[in-house]
Amino acid sequence: MTPLPNPVDESRRSPLRWLADPFAATGRRAINWVNNLGASTIFLFLGFLRIFRSRQIMKVLEQLYLIGAGSVPIIVLVGLFTGMVLGLQSYHALVKFGSQGALGTLVALSLIRELGPVLTAIMITARAGSAITAEIGSQRISEQIDALGTMRIDPLRYLISPRIAASVISFPLLTAIFDVVGIIGGYISGVILLGVNAGTYLYRVESSVDMKDVTDGFIKAMVFAVIVTTVCCYQGYFAHMRTDSYGARAIGRSTTAAVVISCVLILIADYVVTSLLI
Amino acid sequence: MATPLIEFKDVSKRFNGKTVLERVNLQIYEGEVTTIIGLSGTGKTVLLKHIIGLHKPDEGTILFRGQPLDRIRRGDLPMSYMFQGNALFDSMTVFENIALPLQETTNLGHDEIRRRVMTRIEQMELADAVHKYPSEISGGMQKRVALARALVTDPQIVLFDEPTTGQDPVRKNAILGMIAQYQRSFGFTAILVSHEIPDVYFISNRILALYGKSIVFQGTPEEFEEFDHPFKEEVVNSLEGLQRELTGLHSRRQFKLRYQGQLRGGALGDAYAVAVFSLDGLDAVAGHLGHDAAQEALRSLGIFLGKHFGAVGGFSTRRSMNEYVTVLPSTDRAEAEGILGEYIRDFQGQEQAILDIWASAQRHSGTELCVELTLLAGLAQGRPDEDIDGVIESARRDRRVISRIRCINQGEGT
Repeated sequence: MTPLPNPVDESRRSPLRWLADPFAATGRRAINWVNNLGASTIFLFLGFLRIFRSRQIMKVLEQLYLIGAGSVPIIVLVGLFTGMVLGLQSYHALVKFGSQGALGTLVALSLIRELGPVLTAIMITARAGSAITAEIGSQRISEQIDALGTMRIDPLRYLISPRIAASVISFPLLTAIFDVVGIIGGYISGVILLGVNAGTYLYRVESSVDMKDVTDGFIKAMVFAVIVTTVCCYQGYFAHMRTDSYGARAIGRSTTAAVVISCVLILIADYVVTSLLI
Repeated sequence: MATPLIEFKDVSKRFNGKTVLERVNLQIYEGEVTTIIGLSGTGKTVLLKHIIGLHKPDEGTILFRGQPLDRIRRGDLPMSYMFQGNALFDSMTVFENIALPLQETTNLGHDEIRRRVMTRIEQMELADAVHKYPSEISGGMQKRVALARALVTDPQIVLFDEPTTGQDPVRKNAILGMIAQYQRSFGFTAILVSHEIPDVYFISNRILALYGKSIVFQGTPEEFEEFDHPFKEEVVNSLEGLQRELTGLHSRRQFKLRYQGQLRGGALGDAYAVAVFSLDGLDAVAGHLGHDAAQEALRSLGIFLGKHFGAVGGFSTRRSMNEYVTVLPSTDRAEAEGILGEYIRDFQGQEQAILDIWASAQRHSGTELCVELTLLAGLAQGRPDEDIDGVIESARRDRRVISRIRCINQGEGT
């Protein structure tokens, strides 16, 4: 006969629980994090495979317009001022060593290798990524995604794949725009406003940048595209699964989480990819 | 009986440890209208979502044509689903919403898709809203857009989750009438979740009652009348009471109870008369002037019957989609003929009200076409020892035309 378990005295157990609770909570968070990581990887994989299904071209073009063309003005603006401030700060640092002639090199390499891909990705996250999460989250909460399923339309093919494809195409292009405008910004502050020789600036840009710098920047941009789209789509798609909130609040929290997680992952991925490429 | 189209075997479902469905067993048959009734929050929608595959059971099996549902690809299920909240795409126009399933799941050309969508739009009286967004149209129109989207692919099975929620009484019956008409026309299997008791009885072949997490009744509406269970007290009576307040008519069950009560109490007298009224041509009215116009005619007839015969001690009920029955206690056939004659004379004023509604529908739809609605009535003499259904059948056989409502341009009538 199986002995009955002794009744547990909650008051006697409480100090132990008090000690164990933080570990249990950490464990739950870790398990949850690993679950989400695995689920989002599968989500990305399934979404990527569906890019190549039929009827996708028009949807990809539509997303290219929303994510890519729609982000050009903000990318130009941010790129211009990033280049200008980079030129300004770098000039005052270089002039101490009498090396202001190297301004073109510093601005171009900083932008093409690092700042271009990273800042472009962060700006697209803020502008388009948040919109993706809010839109998909809203569709989830109002049962539109369920409705797609009942109409025999694959929601991943219809909603996610075009966004992944459009991001992978538009991130490098926007990064290129950011780089070029940033170099022009550096030219404005360094050459026009601070008097660096124009020929020297442009020669240094041309001579110091090689194709590997450009392709490495584009590789980063594509990695960031995959990260941002996966995180933003995933957060929106599973907004209804949140345990901390429901409805409109769940969409808000998912959008915040998407932007924060994307930005953090962009910076982590930047280091990892740089260390692999360098 | 034939193999069920859909069968639940001991299906249970829990959410966060809370049991919503427990050992549910049910059968749904092909080509029928099956309605699931029950109180709010008892799991009717959850049950429906199991059929379409949006939920998976924690325990038990769901069979589709004898095959486990989980072994069938969702894409191979010839089903459509109309959501309670409509689930329309708010960034798409009405046309785009209805066209979406055709664009995404078929290889039809642009012109053919346009033709099919416009056909549905005209059938649903949505021509004015083609280029509007869901937020720009009324709740009733949104419901019709959702219905049009559910039907545009000509599915074999259509699941309706509370299709009449948020509609006024006329529109509720118009939507139910629309479902019944399309079900007859296209022959799909309709599965409804609805609170509209007793209106759903008129369009349903089978009723499933969900109570206490399980199906406590499945059978025909007639069998449901005889069903003795706490469910009837808690759900049906309260809803039927509300219906009577609105129309002045008895539900079929209340009608039968009153008949039996008066029979036992001898209040029906030595003889009583039964009058059966029916409207012919409702489908033509719905087709040309809209379902609202058809339902308005039916509703007007029902209310007028309740008032007119109620004043002389009679009591009435709606028997089917287009048929009403009135019992006149202590009345022989000759007296009943006299009362019916008075009714026909009084009905002229009511006719004009119906014609006014039609004229408005005509102007709205821009149609010049006129339709005719025929009111038939039949009388039969009953004795207290006779079965009421037999007397009603005799009255039904006796039906003759007592009035024709024909719209002429700008609402003139004959």
